[in-house]
Amino acid sequence: MVGAFVLLETLLRYGVVNKYVVPLPSQVLFSLERIVVEENILTRIRETAYEMAVSCLAVIVLGVPLGAMLYRWRPLRRAVLDWVAAMAAAPLVLAFPLFLVMFGRSPTTVIVMSVITGLAPIIIKTTEGLLGVRPVLINVGRSLKMTDAQMFRMILLPAALPTIFSGIRLSWTFVLISVVGIEFLINLGGLGQLINDLAERYDLPGTYAAIGFVILVSVIFFMLLERVEKWLRPAK
Amino acid sequence: MTLASTAATGATSGQPQLVIDNVFKQFGEGPGAVTAVDHVSFDVKPGEFVSVIGPSGCGKSTLFNIIGGLLDEYSGNVLIERERIAGPHKAVGMVFQEESTFPWRNVIDNVAFPLELQGVNKSERLDRAHHFIDLVGLKGFEKLMPSALSGGMRQRVSIARTLVSGPQILLMDEPFAALDEQTRLLLGDKITQIQQDLNQTTLLITHNLTEAVQLSDRIVVMTYRPGKVKRIVNIDLPRPRTSDVVSSDAFGHYVAEIWADLREEASRGMADTESARRASNRG
Repeated sequence: MVGAFVLLETLLRYGVVNKYVVPLPSQVLFSLERIVVEENILTRIRETAYEMAVSCLAVIVLGVPLGAMLYRWRPLRRAVLDWVAAMAAAPLVLAFPLFLVMFGRSPTTVIVMSVITGLAPIIIKTTEGLLGVRPVLINVGRSLKMTDAQMFRMILLPAALPTIFSGIRLSWTFVLISVVGIEFLINLGGLGQLINDLAERYDLPGTYAAIGFVILVSVIFFMLLERVEKWLRPAK
Repeated sequence: MTLASTAATGATSGQPQLVIDNVFKQFGEGPGAVTAVDHVSFDVKPGEFVSVIGPSGCGKSTLFNIIGGLLDEYSGNVLIERERIAGPHKAVGMVFQEESTFPWRNVIDNVAFPLELQGVNKSERLDRAHHFIDLVGLKGFEKLMPSALSGGMRQRVSIARTLVSGPQILLMDEPFAALDEQTRLLLGDKITQIQQDLNQTTLLITHNLTEAVQLSDRIVVMTYRPGKVKRIVNIDLPRPRTSDVVSSDAFGHYVAEIWADLREEASRGMADTESARRASNRG
């Protein structure tokens, strides 16, 4: 990574890459302190991280049961699964004026829109994971006279967990992009708004430094997810 | 006199623990219906090891699912201690052909799983799980995850998990089908030893002739579709038995004699499969 930065710095300094489009990595590095001191970065990180945390938890809390419901009721699955998949591809972010009318220019708008954006992958992957559980494991449960609740908690869910986690990872990616994107779009609160401000001021090093903070927050979220996954799936 | 004697239902003395009485199962309806099990009757006495052998497509696995209570739409009766089973019965412990350990649980937690369902306290269930892990020869592997074990070891975990809840009848569907011949013979030794130690009533579904003769007291030979009982053969080999028995003359005679019966059925099965392939290729 350091090598890539050095290469980019060299290319920019020799004019191979236009420095009005991409700032010098060294300038970005020096602007980090300015961003932290002048732009109230900790508060902004807190605001963005809060919206991300609520949205990420909400997609799990809503998405996994919805996916389980689609697994359980075949007619419902046949009726709506294609629509859910279509939802994943739809540019929902463009519906932001509608949500502004409903929830105002507030973190609620950011959270609701991000949850809706991130729901589809986790629903699809939960359904897919449960449908993919090997029939022999279900037969083991049946032979042990397990109840439906026991079967779900002790066999179906743990067996589907690897697929559900890949759904969570996809959903969280959608959520994190959506949170920053909507903050940017409606010029509200956290890191997204900061990127918007800095870009409008044509402060390119600052803009890239702020993007660096977004990446940092995202990395922390995915590291946490990794920890949870390791705890839930010791066999991984 | 032949080594094998054809026996009617209930050939040996003692009250049967498991009775399969005139069981019939058909899949589909009308001209396309397939009869998988055609009025099959035999029984298994306490402590007895019975194998059901037949070519692919003779309805062995259907019979396994019916006896295990996983298929409940059939006619006839499956009786355990004179009670007709409806769904999985607590007296029957099932070992499946496919690998069925839980990959998210280590060996001891896999084996202790049925006890966890029964609400047995942790120290007791671990004690009992340790005992059965030891019995199947996996002592020292308790903390390993199934992914770290070989296919044969994983199948032994499944057997220990089934035995831990103390089933009256052990029902196994080709548990060694995916294993190589040497591992199969060695695991056969293990099964024989466990069956003898526990005096475990066992019904094995298999297509492997040597495995059936090595392990069984009686062998139910099935016809190719529709699956009927062709004959029941008493295996009069000495017990306690080990895999050394495969080198005896008597073993060879039993294998040859049962193969004479099976050959015709297997040929019918093969011809059927080939004509179905030809028809589908023409279509």
